Amino acid sequence: MSSASTVPDISGKITVSVPAEQAFQVFTSSFGTWWPREYHIGQAEMAEAILEPREGGRWYERGTDGSECDWGRVLVWEPPQRLVVTWQINGQWQYDPDPGHASEIEVRFTAEGPGQTVVELEHRLLDRLAGGEAIRGTILGGGGWTAILEQFAKAAQ
Amino acid sequence: MDTYEDGGLGLLGDPTRRAIFELLARRPCSVGELARQLPVSRPAVSQHLRVLKDGGLVVSRAEGTRRVYQLNPDGVSALRAYLDRVWDEALTAFQKTADNPEQEQR
Repeated sequence: MSSASTVPDISGKITVSVPAEQAFQVFTSSFGTWWPREYHIGQAEMAEAILEPREGGRWYERGTDGSECDWGRVLVWEPPQRLVVTWQINGQWQYDPDPGHASEIEVRFTAEGPGQTVVELEHRLLDRLAGGEAIRGTILGGGGWTAILEQFAKAAQ
Repeated sequence: MDTYEDGGLGLLGDPTRRAIFELLARRPCSVGELARQLPVSRPAVSQHLRVLKDGGLVVSRAEGTRRVYQLNPDGVSALRAYLDRVWDEALTAFQKTADNPEQEQR
């Protein structure tokens, strides 16, 4: 299936009442304090989520049992304006180490007056997520998807 | 506070709609089959199916005299809808934490 299916980017935009430096810092160094705990991929409950504050840094979760699961890598580290990380979690909710299957998340922090920052997020290259084909196969073949959905439904409570 | 654009949240944020989506992930169903498994009326099921269809998550096909619904085989759209929801919740949580720095200290 080499049809050029272009999946639209996901974009989000919010405004926070802190300077860009602080917004960037909370987003990155304090990532684990705000990321919804239910959204994780490890078998064990998530103890913390970590985004290493540098280019090339790891983005991963640590389970309550000490196990670690990667989510992606830091591609661009430009505090306090811009951050790009990869999201390498495929349709089976597993880390895919192949950089060719990596989707990207760009976050931009723009000062909008004193103590106000606009945070814009873009999750792009979604058609690179290898899960697409696998999901297609399981939908057409029946079954399969149930496990993924149940895992996510549980996570989304 | 609610400045995040409505996206997948509108599609899968509704519990009934998500239940329909999950039932269709198990197997293709007609409106009647879905209504039998859910505590909602057939017209309500039809309405939710229309929203899911407009959102590109569900497709339908005629099978004899009945219409059967299934998830859009282009699974990436479904995955995208889920991720949209994840980001919506995550950004809202980030905003709350950034706006209330005192709660951020653990």
